[in-house]
Amino acid sequence: MTAIPGQIVITTRRQSVPLGQYLVAGSVALFLLLFLVIPVVTVVIVAFVDPQSGGFTLVNFADFVRNDLFMRSFWNSVYVSAMAVAWGTVFALPLAYITSRFQFRGAVLIQTLGVIPLIMPPFAGAVAMQLLFGRNGSVNLLLGDGFDINIPFMEGLNGVILLQAIHYFPFILLNVSASLANIDRAMEESAQNLGSSGFRLFSKIVFPLAMPGYVAGASLVFIKVFDDLATPLLLNVKDMLAPQAYLRITSIGLADPMGYVISVVLIVVSMIAMWIATMATRGRDYATVQRGGGGLAKREMKGADKIIAYGVVFLILALTLAPHVGLILLSLATVWSFSPVPDGYTMAHYGKVFAESPQFIWNTLLYATLAGVISVIIGSAIAWLVQRTRIPGRMLLDYLAMGALAMPGVVIGIGYLRTYYGVTLPSGQSLATFWFMIVIALAVRRLPYALRACTAGLQQVSPQLEEAAENLGATKARTIRKILLPLMAGGMLAGFVTAFATASVELSATMMLVQNTSDAPLAYGLYVYMQSPAGRGPGAALGMIAVVIVGLCTYLSHWLLDRERSGGVKP
Amino acid sequence: MIDRRLVLAAVAALSVATAGSAAFAQVPSGKVTVVTSFSKDVTDPYKKAFEAAFPGTTLEVQNRNTNAGVRFVQETKANNQVDLFWASAPDAFEVLKRSSLLQAHKPVAPGIPAKLGPYNINDPDGMFFGCAASGYGIMWNERYTRANRLPDPKEWADLGKAVYHDHVMITTPSRSGTTHLTVETILQGEGWEKGWATLKAMSGNMRSVTDRSFGVPDAVNSGQVGLGVVIDFFAFSARAANFPVKFVYPSVSTIVPANVGIIANAPNPAGARAFVDFILSDAGQELLLMPAISRLPVNPAIYAKAPEGYPNPFKGAIGLPGFQFDVSISERRYAAVDVLFDQLITFNLEPLKAVTKAMHEVETRLAKRDNPAARVLLAEARALISTMPVTAAQAASDEVRASFQGSTPQAKAPRQAELEQQWSSFAKEKYAAAATKVADAAKLVP
Repeated sequence: MTAIPGQIVITTRRQSVPLGQYLVAGSVALFLLLFLVIPVVTVVIVAFVDPQSGGFTLVNFADFVRNDLFMRSFWNSVYVSAMAVAWGTVFALPLAYITSRFQFRGAVLIQTLGVIPLIMPPFAGAVAMQLLFGRNGSVNLLLGDGFDINIPFMEGLNGVILLQAIHYFPFILLNVSASLANIDRAMEESAQNLGSSGFRLFSKIVFPLAMPGYVAGASLVFIKVFDDLATPLLLNVKDMLAPQAYLRITSIGLADPMGYVISVVLIVVSMIAMWIATMATRGRDYATVQRGGGGLAKREMKGADKIIAYGVVFLILALTLAPHVGLILLSLATVWSFSPVPDGYTMAHYGKVFAESPQFIWNTLLYATLAGVISVIIGSAIAWLVQRTRIPGRMLLDYLAMGALAMPGVVIGIGYLRTYYGVTLPSGQSLATFWFMIVIALAVRRLPYALRACTAGLQQVSPQLEEAAENLGATKARTIRKILLPLMAGGMLAGFVTAFATASVELSATMMLVQNTSDAPLAYGLYVYMQSPAGRGPGAALGMIAVVIVGLCTYLSHWLLDRERSGGVKP
Repeated sequence: MIDRRLVLAAVAALSVATAGSAAFAQVPSGKVTVVTSFSKDVTDPYKKAFEAAFPGTTLEVQNRNTNAGVRFVQETKANNQVDLFWASAPDAFEVLKRSSLLQAHKPVAPGIPAKLGPYNINDPDGMFFGCAASGYGIMWNERYTRANRLPDPKEWADLGKAVYHDHVMITTPSRSGTTHLTVETILQGEGWEKGWATLKAMSGNMRSVTDRSFGVPDAVNSGQVGLGVVIDFFAFSARAANFPVKFVYPSVSTIVPANVGIIANAPNPAGARAFVDFILSDAGQELLLMPAISRLPVNPAIYAKAPEGYPNPFKGAIGLPGFQFDVSISERRYAAVDVLFDQLITFNLEPLKAVTKAMHEVETRLAKRDNPAARVLLAEARALISTMPVTAAQAASDEVRASFQGSTPQAKAPRQAELEQQWSSFAKEKYAAAATKVADAAKLVP
């Protein structure tokens, strides 16, 4: 950072500051140690154990490299992740740019709809996509009837790339939008005064200034796709790394370390990706001191531009919301089999879900909200420690927290059982199966999202603003409360929304920890429904309910933020 | 309708049955916790009926897939809160039994025979009990087969025919205990070499080999895949939900038991025993006939109450293999068979499919214009594909077993990952060599 250290700092305060920093760093470290490091280490340690002697070894990693299947899986994962980032960028940038740049009717609605794809209910999303785009999905059945062609949208790796790009592009959208909203209008105006405009203005000024958001989003997409196992498995693609780890860890009757070896590889690759992302934005200063109107100047579009803009937005949304259109149809369908649209429609599935399992909905809201709040608190604490303090080991906290992204949920689930099952609560219940542990597991798993968003938010706030406040006599705590938090609120909100939305449909860790149906979240209920032919409709209905609830909450938070912004941030 | 009547019948029958035995048995009460892989369609009626039969009990159902369920029981054994494990896969129960996580019980179950065809219904050591049976067969989507002009399948061998290429789906045996049993039955019935040849011929036609048992009926129901190798109840319950699917038992099928067992140190042993006895009672068995459940009772007497046309395996409705199924052979090579299937077929499906398709094409041309030299080449190709990296004896040897047992010190055994790499590259080489032969044959019949 190029910040100039504050010059008038009273010596006594300088000494009192580190204590608070250590306190924050200590609490964060303790949280990560208890709920991430220890549980995970108890499970993945097997990767470093020699099956014959029981001693430390790296031979398992040599086996990994020598095994064709694992290497093929590795490169497939790299390829799919990179392609998903590319396609995600194609979906996200136009939406982010058009909505932040122009006076655009329904910008908040579009921002909300753009987040919906993140809420892809397990099982239901992939089933719906197959019904629309599969080999015998609606599109191909119609194409086959009309033109006798079949487009393999969903075959093999293509299907994974398509679904993953649709699923995760909101990470880029959210983070780039947050960055664009924070760009100082004066920068843009200066460039215009110097004669720059159009694409040149975008590529030389606007996009570079939004870079922290883009890098944060793109690296999240890469890592998330690299580590995701549900989508490939549901599309029957098994030669990718995360599915391989999952299949090996959960196959019963076999005791071999390769599943854990792959988990370690996943963690290492994720950390490397994070490190590259950090390097890409390091040494540059994205912070701007002035807070003018906040965000780019919004302008009116004229004639053809307007039509093109609406057309582009509509097209992207139509494609990215396709799984949810399929889901709506599925939740209303009587029978949908080998036909472009369902045979008939009924509301019975919704009736069944509301009659049988309303508790799933409340549990999900409670768990996802708590998890979102916890992950934003820890995430902004880490972002602050990394960027604003010189505490030794602060980067380690960042990398550790990001490591959670690479941990298969089932590993975290097993780790919690192993570490906390023996701990009993006063009521006699085991700590591992207490519902709050599901919240903690969700918070830890979603922490990386919150952390990246908070980091990007903080990167755009100049330390000079805080120094100015401190120089005027404000305490550190007051500075954080009055200056820092309001300025990085956008990033924190983006973090909360992603954490909340994705936590509401997460299943893999939950599956290990749910002890009884009354404490179960919606994703578990969905799983239970989707295991029988008669449950497909109710399962889809439950998925739709999740989408609507999370969508409403997202809309609400955007609306709140928008109102706050237009109310003006007081200098 | 039928639901309520059955439940009432269950309650009535059970209250009579328990009245006699209550004098000496502990009266079950409180929470009975069962970990199960069965869907709500199955567990809900049982929960209702059981709680009605034993007032004061509540049945707490934890739905987990079989693998997660086994893991859960293993990881929580220090402070076990689970009373019962209830699932299809016999191998899951074997694993629990081997890790001493089950306790013995002598169920009061009059009328249930010891055997169904060549299979034992109960664990010989009394650790788990067959509570329902299901037959394996082929399920297909009528709209799909009509649109693609596919004939209705009848036998396993049909699935290897050219016409079904890329239309069939199966679960891998390493992820499905029921598929494993079918594979093992084919291997025992036809012998190691010939059995694998059949499996590979069939698999060369697969659209995909999935890792979720329910993935197969799900894909057939929605018409993404035409035919699937499934357990009968998947097809029956899909029909009950009005999907356009049909099902057939091939003339030699396999019977898969659904099992229930009591977890060691169960917090509510009286409740657990009551639940096992309830499932095996006439009332519990009769619940299986509900359309959404559609399992086959293990008590032959219950079939008298079944609707017209309900398959009765005790009366030969399902063709069972004529040989004696050997549990100990199956047990010794369990992991080897799973890993062989995955390395030779699941993860080498693309080359296997490609060479199978090429062979079908040459055969079609040969049918029009015969060519003995080409036939010889095809036979050689087929022999190459069927070649196995290990013999039956090697697959069950201590050395191979040691590779799959992780921490067992066995100096000479290769690590599992090493062995897998050997088998996989073996298959890859053979499939490539076979592909060359087929290409040569194709040149002879232009």
